[in-house]
Amino acid sequence: MDTSRRDFLMLGTKMFVMTSAAAAAFEHVLAGAPEAASAYHAAGHWWAMVIDIEKCIGSGHCVRACKLENHVVDEPFYFRTWVERYHVDPLDMDHPAVDSPDGGIDGFPETYPDGRTTGKTFFVPKMCNHCADSPCTQVCPVGATFRTNDGVVLIDKDYCLGCRYCVQACPYGCRYIDPRTRTADKCTLCYHRLTKGLQPACCETCPTGARQIADLKNPDDPIHAFLRSHQIQVLKPQMATGAKVYYSGLDGSVR
Amino acid sequence: MPGVQGFMYPNEVELQWSILIVLYPYITGLVAGAFILASLERVFNVQAVRPTYRLALLTALAFLLVAPLPLQLHLGHPERSFEMYLTPHRTSAMAMFGFVYMWYLMVVLLVEIWLDYRRELVLAARAAGGVRRWFYRALTLGSDNISPASLAIDDRVGRIVTIVGIPSAFMLHGYVGFIFGSIKANPWWSTPMMPIVFLFSAIVSGIAMVMVLYVVLTWWRKTPIDMRCLDTVAKYLLYAFLVDFALEMLDLVHRIYEADESFRALDFMVHTKLFLSQIVLQLIVGTGLPILLLALTQIVEFAPRTRIRIYLAAGGLTLVGIFAMRWNVVIGGQLFSKSFLGYTTYKLAFATREGLLPAILLMMLPFGILAVLLRILPPWQRSTAGAP
Repeated sequence: MDTSRRDFLMLGTKMFVMTSAAAAAFEHVLAGAPEAASAYHAAGHWWAMVIDIEKCIGSGHCVRACKLENHVVDEPFYFRTWVERYHVDPLDMDHPAVDSPDGGIDGFPETYPDGRTTGKTFFVPKMCNHCADSPCTQVCPVGATFRTNDGVVLIDKDYCLGCRYCVQACPYGCRYIDPRTRTADKCTLCYHRLTKGLQPACCETCPTGARQIADLKNPDDPIHAFLRSHQIQVLKPQMATGAKVYYSGLDGSVR
Repeated sequence: MPGVQGFMYPNEVELQWSILIVLYPYITGLVAGAFILASLERVFNVQAVRPTYRLALLTALAFLLVAPLPLQLHLGHPERSFEMYLTPHRTSAMAMFGFVYMWYLMVVLLVEIWLDYRRELVLAARAAGGVRRWFYRALTLGSDNISPASLAIDDRVGRIVTIVGIPSAFMLHGYVGFIFGSIKANPWWSTPMMPIVFLFSAIVSGIAMVMVLYVVLTWWRKTPIDMRCLDTVAKYLLYAFLVDFALEMLDLVHRIYEADESFRALDFMVHTKLFLSQIVLQLIVGTGLPILLLALTQIVEFAPRTRIRIYLAAGGLTLVGIFAMRWNVVIGGQLFSKSFLGYTTYKLAFATREGLLPAILLMMLPFGILAVLLRILPPWQRSTAGAP
């Protein structure tokens, strides 16, 4: 078959137009993704949490608020956030006694049953550390859990296989399998609220302001003043996970 | 809280990986080990083990077919498992499983078995009639040239496949060890020794399984046992076991001597919750005793009848010991808190999705598959005819 130069040019032009149209259509499809569509620009934020140990009174408001806001399974063993109570005996500082009755959801009894009086006692709220180099996202076999551009580690429940590898990989015990969906679950930093300009439920309900959400990319965020005036620490720094829950006044015995 | 001593992070109280995940490294280990035994004859030309060559290949295949089932049964969403092939996550150790598995099954094991059996398949297709004829003809994949020149090519290609197969078998099981060894959050697992310990324990369990199967099947068929073969297999089992034992002891001594932050918790666990499975079953019954028995046969000259019994006992104990080792890795690694402040308990249910019953059934399945394979592809003809 003979193809004239004219036919060839016509065909070429048609293909060019069609490819451009497909590209434009694809861009349109992409525009449907939340990032591009909403006024919220993920790349403009870098979320973290600051927890001031001195301020935590172990009231359990955060645990209750989290369970309500995020419809977390109402039984023990499933917590997106929980509170631990540490008791450090001066004679055995390396081995603190820790308890967290029902994740601290109803607070803590005022005294220990054995009436101990020496040593020090303090509360440590725990949650997902939204690590910048998170081992949990590293091990997911299908990439169902991932870090967003604004530094929040999330899980796609429609994609998670429920293999539980991420639960094993988290050094902080922050993940669990939701028995209703049989997929991994954990703190989202209340991403549905963050993207609407609201605080996470735990921060909003904390009666002493011990938990503060922080946007490290926002120069006006009070976090910057806080970081200048406080010594901060992350949990298990030896794990090198780039944890972004920053504790102020954290005792060395906490693990 | 029932079953909890000390403090666990609340989400840690329930174990994530059950007995089914214990079966996964156990079964893949048997596959890798059986294949390594088969390759002794093919690549390293250890003629004495020839009678076990085909049996080892079929055993490897039977167990390999079952290997992914415990994983599937364990997944929260087995229907999504195919996503691991379509959208594998590059940084995930687990994402490679499907590819390593398919490579091993399709490129190594099936090809090697097919090449080795092609002559018999063609002859069976010619001799049989009816459905059997079509069945065997289908298995030949239309390749019915069994001239000496053609068979020589089969042999050459088969050798190359086996040479590729050895590192593949190493990869298959070393990789399973890496899945555990690369979890830095868990000090019980996190060691670069894990893949190599897994590999050698796999070789040990695979050789033991084929050895036991060989004895049982020859008894079943009422044929004489080739003692030269059995002695050689037992000797290799002893060598592999000594290397495996040395590696495990090195790991243990290293942990005890370093005594890092996790040591107190792990040491407590070994002395309490894991005492039966680790000290008694794995170390004493499953390692010390079989090594002693096998070593005894090297020193004292027993009558063949006694030797067979000793090998059988050593093989059986080895299989128990390696199973206990897998149990201690998988279950043991989840019994302590990552805070190192407490311990939980594994509650093994019976007739649930991840209970003891499905585990037993899954463990029996490869033997059923092997029985079928032995009928379709009898491994004895050439091996017994070729034996001296």
